[in-house]
Amino acid sequence: MKIGVVTFPGSLDDRDAQRAARYAGAEAVPLWHADADLHGVDAVVLPGGFSYGDYLRCGAIARFAKVMDTLVEQAHNGLPVLGICNGFQVLCESHLLPGALTRNQHLHFIHRDQPLRIANNRTAWTTAYDEGQVITVPVKNGEGRYVADPATLDALEANGQVIAYYQGNPNGSMRDIAGITNARGNVVGIMPHPEHAIEDLCGPGTDGLGFFTSIVKALVA
Amino acid sequence: MMDTVKNAQATPDEEMPYADLGLRDEEYASILELLGRRPTASELAMYSIMWSEHCSYKSSKVHLKQFSSIPKGNRMLVGMGENAGVVDVGEGLAVTFKVESHNHPSYVEPYQGAATGIGGIVRDILTMGARPVLVMDPLRFGDADHPDTLRVLPGIVAGIGGYGNCLGLPNVGGEVVFDPTYQGNPLVNALCLGVMPTDRIQLSAARGVGNVVVLLGAKTGRDGIGGVSVLASATFEEDGPANRPAVQVGDPFTEKLLIEACLEIFDAKLVEGIQDLGGAGLTCALTETSAAGKSGMVAHLDRVPLREATMDPTEILASESQERMLAIVTPDNLPKVLAIAEKWGVIATAIGEVVEGDRLQILWHGEAVVDVVPGSLADDGPVYHRPMQRPADLDSLQSQALPAYPEASAELLLQMVASPNLCSRRWVVEQYDRIVMGNSVLAWPEDAGVVRLSEETGLGIALATDGNGRYTRLDPFAGAQLALAEAYRNVAATGAVPIAVTDCLNFGSPEDPEVMWQFAEATRGLAEACAYLETPVTGGNVSFYNSTAGTPINPTPVVGVLGLFDDVARRTPMGFREQGATLLLLGDTADELGGSEWAWAMHRHLGGLPPRVDLAREKLLAEVLIAGSRDGMLDSAHDLSDGGLAQALVESCLDKGIGARVVLPAGLSPFVQLFSESAGRALVSVPRSEELRFTEMCSARGLPCTRLGVTDGTALAVQDVLTVGLDELRIAYEATLPALFG
Repeated sequence: MKIGVVTFPGSLDDRDAQRAARYAGAEAVPLWHADADLHGVDAVVLPGGFSYGDYLRCGAIARFAKVMDTLVEQAHNGLPVLGICNGFQVLCESHLLPGALTRNQHLHFIHRDQPLRIANNRTAWTTAYDEGQVITVPVKNGEGRYVADPATLDALEANGQVIAYYQGNPNGSMRDIAGITNARGNVVGIMPHPEHAIEDLCGPGTDGLGFFTSIVKALVA
Repeated sequence: MMDTVKNAQATPDEEMPYADLGLRDEEYASILELLGRRPTASELAMYSIMWSEHCSYKSSKVHLKQFSSIPKGNRMLVGMGENAGVVDVGEGLAVTFKVESHNHPSYVEPYQGAATGIGGIVRDILTMGARPVLVMDPLRFGDADHPDTLRVLPGIVAGIGGYGNCLGLPNVGGEVVFDPTYQGNPLVNALCLGVMPTDRIQLSAARGVGNVVVLLGAKTGRDGIGGVSVLASATFEEDGPANRPAVQVGDPFTEKLLIEACLEIFDAKLVEGIQDLGGAGLTCALTETSAAGKSGMVAHLDRVPLREATMDPTEILASESQERMLAIVTPDNLPKVLAIAEKWGVIATAIGEVVEGDRLQILWHGEAVVDVVPGSLADDGPVYHRPMQRPADLDSLQSQALPAYPEASAELLLQMVASPNLCSRRWVVEQYDRIVMGNSVLAWPEDAGVVRLSEETGLGIALATDGNGRYTRLDPFAGAQLALAEAYRNVAATGAVPIAVTDCLNFGSPEDPEVMWQFAEATRGLAEACAYLETPVTGGNVSFYNSTAGTPINPTPVVGVLGLFDDVARRTPMGFREQGATLLLLGDTADELGGSEWAWAMHRHLGGLPPRVDLAREKLLAEVLIAGSRDGMLDSAHDLSDGGLAQALVESCLDKGIGARVVLPAGLSPFVQLFSESAGRALVSVPRSEELRFTEMCSARGLPCTRLGVTDGTALAVQDVLTVGLDELRIAYEATLPALFG
């Protein structure tokens, strides 16, 4: 079982995502932005950070990395992909997920432990949770406000594509949306950081590990 | 025409603008003597930079010598003099850490000044061969409600966050202090710590004739010219900041790539020597590497990649453009270094080489514009024994009576916890990523930042910075010792063993004899206390000229103490964990409110004497706190400092929302017991099952231990004195900074 973690120039939470994959029992495989080869991984995490310094728009340059050509193609064929924070931004810029992430409404970077309500436990990355379960994972971003036009928001909610809502909105995200999935349920983007809640010693507990155990279970099945 | 060496020889009588560059008559005379001719414009710029207070430590050197005579112990691998000290932490690992000031740039341009403060200290740590793994930022501002604080604070906090977050370095601690003494001169100190295998330590010396001098990182621009010689080495006038172009502009993305490229280069053992470019830019890097290696060097300035093609040699030498490093590489390794740089998108350019002899020659399109012995810049600078004088007002300050003590009450407690220096720092720290890298065990609001170094063994470190300008104003010797004692206590409270120190000494103008006396007293106090506590000084920084319109800041030595954990899993947090645990006060409380937060917050009073220093007691307290952690006896431990017992109780209660029932012992008045700032104390909570074992350990070791009560309920209740619900306390504690800064 191999979970690839892409490193772009400016990726920061790539080692953390690798650690989370290992804690869930998978082999973590580092992937490099300039290498189009996914090296046979079974799933991919696009980690948090400031790829390309967040210059132009968050994720806007990373979307043109060589690795993304392969990734987008395979995601359309069902490859499980999880985008966390900057990774979520990259997924939106790549049009694998709808909407966009913009500057926080209060204009500050914010880092806090954030309660989330799981709204869809049927995706490749969320089966370990119960629907309606409240989990606490850290949120940390400057441009994490989820926005989309009303029709898109309505469709996301009607189709059950919102996977998690904020309990206490930290950044002004529309309809309290913290994470979404594509229609097929293999591509998930989430602004908070489940990979930073996988052990009691560092972080607010182990609530985030479920994203990684979910995918391991899905791939074994 | 270009002022070449040839031209300088041909025009010996040309007037040079040395005074405008901050050089004194006698300093210029020594330059003439060293060179045997007039300097070129570029040489003059280099001397003015290297002989500035900031680079040469010319006023502080004679006092800093005391730190070198502190016994080094068996852990220090590299001491003062390199870019940062290196300490062996076992398991084949070493850490390097240092705190530095970026005060004046942050006042002139808060965001960029603070951001590049982080960038600069991170490169100092990287230069040693280490991967930077955390930052901390001790900050001091004018009054919280002053309009200029509203100008500088949000920018400084955003700048620290903007740069540090983008580098992926957790910010695990620091300080935020308000006092009108810093009104025209905020203090922005930045600390970074890095980790490396002991065999990866890098030094700066350029050796080996034929080796190539490679400039890595950003292009060189006109930003930051005159940063150290003018901005950092002179005081502000009353009309406030000007000189904005002297502040550098940071690009954290480039720094992140530079870090990754350098670490890959270090791992492949491809460099012979390396030096970061910080204050003083290429001037400092070329000089320091060649001087340290006692080597000759030739550098071609026309090969330096520029942002603006019209820059002249003097500007290129003086530029403080950020995100640059200078590496010395063998010709064989050069292609490998260039390939790694290219992989990370870092510009790398061979700009010179190590040559025979002992001269540093800097060429511009083949013509020498600099020809000097590098040691004359790096080591032969002036050294001053500045006149010193005890401040004329110190006796009257120390003999001032304190305001009349009030009764302790719920109202007083609520006012105190809401006061700017005691209230919650959440508004600030939520703008920092405190967990990236996944190894942050403790961060704000804990006593110290605790970071895991090894996932396999749990090896880790604790780090705290402290400093109290009011105490140091009242007694510089004691004030510096109290700063060390508090940081030492904070580290020990988490359970870590304190092993080493870094310091940032923020003072007024060294040309003021009263400031120089404060500096001499503070360094003497700090050196003695470091020797006693067996925590050698590994390095640090002196920041002089922190004064506005002739008025110096309160002398503010900021001391960082590094502690070591064999296993961070045994760390002791500061918040109460369980209902029904026993509360114990360790140490003695005396009537000590001189320079206290109460006197300041309630009466704007600064007078009397600071709390008494008892280093033997600090050592004993630390031993007990560490033993308590090792044997798993402690639920929580919190050091007592600003705001005294009352503040410690509030913070320990609010952390997890667990209240306390306290009965104060007979003797001193409840007010004094709650708000006195006597040193050498800590508040601990101990599970009932461990109470006897712990108290017996205290009495066996001779540490006073007073039973205060139990953790209980959802209020803080001090019998016969006050009862306040935690919800009400939390509102008071949390509301202040958001109300001021949005």
